[in-house]
Amino acid sequence: MKIKNILLVGVGGQGTILVSKILSTGLLQAGYDVKMSEIHGMAQRGGSVSTQVRYGEKVHSPIIGIGDADILVSFETMESIRWLEFLKPDGIAVINEHEIPSAPILSGKIAYPKGVIEAISEKVNTKVINAAEISEKLGNTKVMNVVLLGALIKSMNLTDIDWESIIKDLVKDKFVEINIKALNAGMEAV
Amino acid sequence: MKKLLTGNEAIALGAYEAGVHYASAYPGTPSTEILENIAPYKEIVAEWAPNEKVAVESAIGACYAGARSLTAMKHVGLNVAADPFFTMGYTGVNGGMVLISADDPGMHSSQNEQDNRYYARMAKVAMVEPADSQECKDMVIKAIEISEKYDTLVMIRMTTRVCHSKSVVEVGERTEVPIKPYKKDTSKYFIAPAVAKQLHLVVERKLVELEKFSNETDLNFIEWNDKKIGVISSGVAYNYAREVFGDSASYLKIGFSFPLPMEKIKKFAEEVQTLYVIEELEPFMEEQIRAAGINCIGKDKIPNTWELNPDIVEKSLLGTQKPTIDYDKNVAVGRPPTLCAGCPHRGFFYELSKRKNVMITGDIGCYTLGGTEPLNAMDTVVCMGASISMAHGAKKVFEKNNDDKRLVAVIGDSTFFHSGMTSLLDVVYNKSNTVTCILDNRITAMTGHQENPGTGFSLQGDEAQITDIETIVKALGIKHVKTINPLRREAMKEAMDWAFALNEPSVVITRYPCALKKYSEQDIEEFGPIQGICEVDQEICIGCKACARTGCPAIHFQHEIKKSYINEAQCVGCELCMQVCPVKAISKVGV
Repeated sequence: MKIKNILLVGVGGQGTILVSKILSTGLLQAGYDVKMSEIHGMAQRGGSVSTQVRYGEKVHSPIIGIGDADILVSFETMESIRWLEFLKPDGIAVINEHEIPSAPILSGKIAYPKGVIEAISEKVNTKVINAAEISEKLGNTKVMNVVLLGALIKSMNLTDIDWESIIKDLVKDKFVEINIKALNAGMEAV
Repeated sequence: MKKLLTGNEAIALGAYEAGVHYASAYPGTPSTEILENIAPYKEIVAEWAPNEKVAVESAIGACYAGARSLTAMKHVGLNVAADPFFTMGYTGVNGGMVLISADDPGMHSSQNEQDNRYYARMAKVAMVEPADSQECKDMVIKAIEISEKYDTLVMIRMTTRVCHSKSVVEVGERTEVPIKPYKKDTSKYFIAPAVAKQLHLVVERKLVELEKFSNETDLNFIEWNDKKIGVISSGVAYNYAREVFGDSASYLKIGFSFPLPMEKIKKFAEEVQTLYVIEELEPFMEEQIRAAGINCIGKDKIPNTWELNPDIVEKSLLGTQKPTIDYDKNVAVGRPPTLCAGCPHRGFFYELSKRKNVMITGDIGCYTLGGTEPLNAMDTVVCMGASISMAHGAKKVFEKNNDDKRLVAVIGDSTFFHSGMTSLLDVVYNKSNTVTCILDNRITAMTGHQENPGTGFSLQGDEAQITDIETIVKALGIKHVKTINPLRREAMKEAMDWAFALNEPSVVITRYPCALKKYSEQDIEEFGPIQGICEVDQEICIGCKACARTGCPAIHFQHEIKKSYINEAQCVGCELCMQVCPVKAISKVGV
């Protein structure tokens, strides 16, 4: 099988790390070789963050370059356009309809860009999801990240892996149920 | 059992399995998690040292005393520790010792991208370079073996992508080894000139032996495929090469990279038609290979700036590129890192940014962000501890030039302990009228909240003596010291006015915990719990943007209605915005 490349992008504090942990654990259990790379440090202070997960029979490089990702999952709307050049022209973009204004926008210097989702939809296979709204309906906006994981799993045809048991292993007991609900809701949403 | 581990986690596991007894480090991205992951092993004494030089010297002491020891640091940390490191090259070891240098190609969190492989060559110590997490673990075990067998320090050179990438690791058992007996041996451990002269001869002989080992060890292995293209590579660059050329090229993968296996390289080069040397950063191997009379292609095509990835290798050597989506990249507004909501540094920089005719020398930590938009309250950042000494030198020159410019040095608590104390001694001794500001947020924040000598806890969670900064400052000879809460604007302004009016050096300590810090009992007692959050009454708000100019990420100036809004999920109620609002439109709710 050809190696698959997943690129998760967002803003520091959005929970991409837990998602990549669940994802890579599941892929490993399914028998794939897995490599994952993320950048720590300055990104924790509200900067743009990215995580790359690669899986297949034998993975060498932990990172990808431009035009390499099979799927781009953007936890924040504007981040999708920052990272779009990493997506294959025939890849899938999953975009969370959720705006987090960055410092130049907060200070009133620049307006949040309009029409990001429309612009990307014209270029590539795009799935839009409002994970904030879904997680709010579930009763905890903190599971927005796992809603997006659900959308990712469905889009990459990885639904055969026993994600529920992995969530049970990796998430604190009292949050297991809501995370499983979030995962399922994400799968249904795309 | 197989586990998915980062390179740093795998190094920690390797240290455990290798029977390491003692480990010491100073935090620094991308190396920090090595010691954090060693700390839970009760079999190992693991410590945060105040700086990298102290960490290396402590590990040398442990090694001479017979322990298997480890020390880890980011690349620039080895600059700080270079003195003991070079001498260690001459003395060799008693118990095995490894030093991990975590380089940062691409400068994700660093001030330069120096290639520390040159350090191993210069200090004449052996070096290994892991390419993934399994190799990280295996190479710690192997490095300890090599260290003891050849009586040499072994440097393990990692890079950000090796440190922070996860890959599969087979978990093993710890081999417990007794601590070796210590025997006084001045001909080995007492580096007076007469001893050093002899030891230089010894180390040259060791290097001959190590080169022989390098040619024999399977840490340097050949993978024969098609012989039209041969690739010599090491570290993560090998993975990129493997990705680009697949089974269409032959490989000599270098895991033991100093001394290089020149005989093996010669044989490999003779068999292949075109030889590529693929290295991230500098032509460390290429220069030596060319000097041995072997022709190759390397840095003439592959950039020596920034980190590599498979695409850069492909484009450089094959000239091909993957198709990408064509779109306007400029649509995305920048997302620079900022000081967090409630960060005590914001109050400090907000006040400092108002001062005229100043030069502000900064330092390394979260507070470096005080030099960026919208606060812009910093002129320089060079290296750990430089703020205080640079302010001293600059003040001397301005004075000599009859310029009354004031000099303000800005340094964090952990950085002050790291290398600010000796700089402040210089300010006192050589008399410069500078204002040194020590931003004490009660933790080493930037690298992810490590304990330090001021916090009251050790790396392994034991209670520790709290070193009091004010006491140190006074003991160094500073006569004018004030400690204040930087989030109280009046107090902050008063302290600056006071310091600027003095004709002698002064120190202002801003003492308030990092907004993300988990409060200790002592913190709660001293600072109390923070209650409530701030809210804007948009009826009163005049849209002047004064609150937005503090740069707080919880404050959003809403363009359409020209009013400020505070994000209740982000606000921690520090009250700085309340104090800068000219019409009192912001109040505290939920108290």
